[in-house]
Amino acid sequence: MHPAKSVIYFTTASGAGYGLMIWLALLAAFGQGPHRLFGVAGFGVAFFLIISGLLSSTAHLGRPERAWRALSQWRSSWLSREGVLAILTFMPAGVFAFFWVVLGVNGGLILVVGLLAAVLSLLTVYTTSMIYASLKTIPAWSNSWTSINYLLMALISGGILALMLLQVFGVEYGAVVPASVVLLCALGAMAKLAYWRTIDVSPARSTAQSATGLGQFGKVHMVESPHSEDNYLLKEMGFSIARKHANALRRVALLCGFVLPMALVAAIGTVGPVMAMALLFVAVLFGAPGLTVERWLFFAEAKHVVTLYYGQSDV
Amino acid sequence: MTSLPTNPSKVKLGLVIDLDICVGCHACAVNCKEWNTSGKMAPLTDMQPYGAKPDGVWFNRVHTFEAVDEQAGTSRTVHFPRSCLHCDDAPCVTVCPTGASYKREEDGIVLINSDTCIGCKLCSWACPYGAREYDEDEGVMKKCTLCIDKIYNENLPLESRVPACVSTCPTGARSFGDLADQNSDVSKLVAARGGYALMPEQGTAPVNRYLPPRPKKLGNSLAPRMLEYSDDNSAGVLARWVDKILSA
Repeated sequence: MHPAKSVIYFTTASGAGYGLMIWLALLAAFGQGPHRLFGVAGFGVAFFLIISGLLSSTAHLGRPERAWRALSQWRSSWLSREGVLAILTFMPAGVFAFFWVVLGVNGGLILVVGLLAAVLSLLTVYTTSMIYASLKTIPAWSNSWTSINYLLMALISGGILALMLLQVFGVEYGAVVPASVVLLCALGAMAKLAYWRTIDVSPARSTAQSATGLGQFGKVHMVESPHSEDNYLLKEMGFSIARKHANALRRVALLCGFVLPMALVAAIGTVGPVMAMALLFVAVLFGAPGLTVERWLFFAEAKHVVTLYYGQSDV
Repeated sequence: MTSLPTNPSKVKLGLVIDLDICVGCHACAVNCKEWNTSGKMAPLTDMQPYGAKPDGVWFNRVHTFEAVDEQAGTSRTVHFPRSCLHCDDAPCVTVCPTGASYKREEDGIVLINSDTCIGCKLCSWACPYGAREYDEDEGVMKKCTLCIDKIYNENLPLESRVPACVSTCPTGARSFGDLADQNSDVSKLVAARGGYALMPEQGTAPVNRYLPPRPKKLGNSLAPRMLEYSDDNSAGVLARWVDKILSA
């Protein structure tokens, strides 16, 4: 599948934003006081990532001015559900942010509102993942690891951002927060490895034989394409990446997106606050491109069954 | 509404494509383009039609495949027209976030409302058959309408009320009709010839059917007839005498 920049930014940025929103609610739930500046920065970054991500997702539309229509078909469409949940999430998230930042309250009833925002954030990331996981035509997406990966990546990227902001504003936090992020990084790496293993070893669901129904005559291959130049189908769904490059990029994604951030976050407890801040900056500096490469591969490595009509032998 | 019809249609209009007699002339693709570029889904935009990399929207694409049986030492070359199959369980309909994509209750035809399509392209991702193409100029998706503006057009003579691809096919490889009616000509054709659906494992329940190439008539010999020199004394006296002189 063609890895569109707008969709890569949308899924990674909004994922990190919703992840940060979840962490803000969790911090409040575990007794973190409503530190004003941390609140401003935390909600500011979260809302910026979410809103810029959602706006970016409309950039790949042919008719962005009609985007509001996408809220209507939540009964059948995961894309529509994602839009509805994204907008619903703004309500409790906005109230939570207002009370934390302006009134300095993040406990009691406001904490309930915050936790509601966290649950809706988690559901929004899940619906984003289901847009892809529900497509039977793309076996690399339509498996249970897709949603697990999306949810873990959101919690990891949000967690690292939360830690960095806590450190920047000198907010006290216990050992549980970095320990949880380390654990999530480890889980995220394992889930990503499991995902790659799944797409590498899963038997093909469809073949050139089933696509043409000519299997009774032998093994099918294309002799002549219907057109000499690339058409929409080939540009959008015929994207292919060399195996050699995919393997190298998988290592980059694993190292930058999971292993390095895990090691850096694990080390912050052993160093002074300035050094800890530096380590967390480096974690973000590597984590962001790591996450981007992971998401780029998610698209670039995914094969669509329509390519069976254009020379692919099985998908 | 992008949910599939709650009362599935009793009529399922569709195409039956005979791979045995299709000669791969692309007339169906061309006449489809001709009719539909001024039909319901109009225009079928072409980008740089006279440039180095022409690209545009087509509802029909004619591929050519070869099926090779290594063990038997045989192969079949088959021309393969590909278009929308108007699936019963159309995934392109249910993924649509706006309701622009829909399946008609009365005849099962899958259509797009160009006025509400946002061009998110998700329907083209959901379709296994590549039946939906994006119009870069208009910013919306386009697809086969089964010539809905032709098959119900009372201004046309009865025999013309079939999709453009069907009326133009010079070999009669394409048939149109109600595939839900067991007594229709198309259903009888499918039953008689073992018509099949494409990629049934994708769970889309296509309406269109393809008829497989008929078995090859091989005759007695696999190799073509070759001329051989006659050296079996069957020639006449004069011929043998000439042969003797020439061979000397």
